[in-house]
Amino acid sequence: MSAILQLSPKPAVSVAGLTKTFPAGDRLLVALHGVSLEVAKGEFLCLVGASGSGKSTLLNLLAGLDQPTAGAAQVDGRVALMFQEAALLPWLSAAANVELALQLRGVGARDRRRLAWELLERVHLTGAETRRPHELSGGMKQRVALARALAQDADVLLMDEPFGALDAITRDLLHEELERIWSDSGLTIVFVTHNAREAVRLGDRVLVFSSRPGRVAHEVEVKLPRPRSLDSPELAVVAGRITDRLRAEMRVHGG
Amino acid sequence: MAAELLPDLEQLETAESVPVRGRALAVRAWGATWPKLAAAALGLLAWQLVVWSGWRPDYVLPGPLPVFQRLGEDLRQLDFYAGVGITLRRALEGYLLAVALGSVLGLLVARVAVLRKAVGSAILGLQSMPSIAWFPLAILLFQLSEGAIIFVVLLGAAPAIAGGLLSGVDHVPPLLVRVGRTMGASGLTLFRHVILPASLPAFVGGLKQGWAFAWRSLMAGELLVIVNHQQSLGQRLQFARDLSDAEQLLALMLVVLVIGIAVDSLFGALDGGIRRRWGLQP
Repeated sequence: MSAILQLSPKPAVSVAGLTKTFPAGDRLLVALHGVSLEVAKGEFLCLVGASGSGKSTLLNLLAGLDQPTAGAAQVDGRVALMFQEAALLPWLSAAANVELALQLRGVGARDRRRLAWELLERVHLTGAETRRPHELSGGMKQRVALARALAQDADVLLMDEPFGALDAITRDLLHEELERIWSDSGLTIVFVTHNAREAVRLGDRVLVFSSRPGRVAHEVEVKLPRPRSLDSPELAVVAGRITDRLRAEMRVHGG
Repeated sequence: MAAELLPDLEQLETAESVPVRGRALAVRAWGATWPKLAAAALGLLAWQLVVWSGWRPDYVLPGPLPVFQRLGEDLRQLDFYAGVGITLRRALEGYLLAVALGSVLGLLVARVAVLRKAVGSAILGLQSMPSIAWFPLAILLFQLSEGAIIFVVLLGAAPAIAGGLLSGVDHVPPLLVRVGRTMGASGLTLFRHVILPASLPAFVGGLKQGWAFAWRSLMAGELLVIVNHQQSLGQRLQFARDLSDAEQLLALMLVVLVIGIAVDSLFGALDGGIRRRWGLQP
């Protein structure tokens, strides 16, 4: 870990000896085994790993949606979570979806509408406020989901393969916007993906997870200057190293 | 006299296509209407063919024409509307009571785990209880009064309504619940903002089924429980049978059928509106 990170007073996320098992028939499935990591305030951390490496389990534990079997997962401040599916409430308009997050956070009725429209503007969705989720494209839905996550005024944003189901161009645009919002807001982001290039495109640091049991196998600090291009050769070199590590892990553990 | 009935049917069907305007609306309405008109015409034709076959004499099974003539005569009598009014009032009273009871019961059972274990399956079981089997008890409890009829309508419809709400709550997508939780909702807040609205389509399904049960129970009740000076639809039906007045009997049956279909299509419109709003249906 870099000197800067060690100097920072209190990490946004600290995970120590985290283990999570699930009963699978008469056996125990070890999703996470003794995972320890820290995420500094304002850091953009990416987690890559094959499916079954417990990345989503880790996010659920951080979000408090599940309880660890052993160890501790602590987040300093509020948490918002974004999924691969936008998971918007289909009976509410785009703005009303954002407004609900504001309402649940305790924002007064008078400010909600204005704030929701501002947040949608921030994710470049002006003009789509009154549309219902089924009238939005996949990329637009994820923008609404991002606005909704921002509406929760969280300190830590957990993202579980949020752009995995989008086409390449839409994903590229959303990378730019997420990076812009992140650098404007000082959010801490933990971003799960199985795409090494996406991880290198976005992350300050990339953790490679091994499968069964899930644990941190490798750590890469990405020192490329921002904004980064997915197609740059420098990025491809770093991503290539990560992919090699991933392959090696999958060979060892039978992927 | 057939023309008297058809404009009604057409109105029913236009209620289903809501948001489109003008010409497009007319085209859609016609597209939805003509197959039903054709089916009705085929049904009438089949009926007429059976009559022509001489399977039963005319005074037992009259054809569509004399029946519609008789219906026309009925529709010119104020007395007849009073009878329909009595039946509809009973239906509305019983049904509204059932909606209130069914919703409260459904909510309680959905929210309280112990209640759920205790009566969850009993609610489903009650749905399969033929409502006519309640009448002997209802008559003991309320004598031959309107109370007996309303009691059975209530018992017929409430379990379906509670069951609809319950299955709606059970089938809320887990992802939406997770989203609600990550937004900080739990307990009643989560229920109010996520689970309850998400179960709306199933609840409307339960309301629709509840109406069907209520209408059936009501007809059974009006045939069985004759209340003095209240010439309801069911009572008229019973009298028509007692007098072997087959034309009157069939005319009344048509009225019962049309009212049932009319209310059912209102629920259909409601359901379609929700589905369009949610993007489940274009």
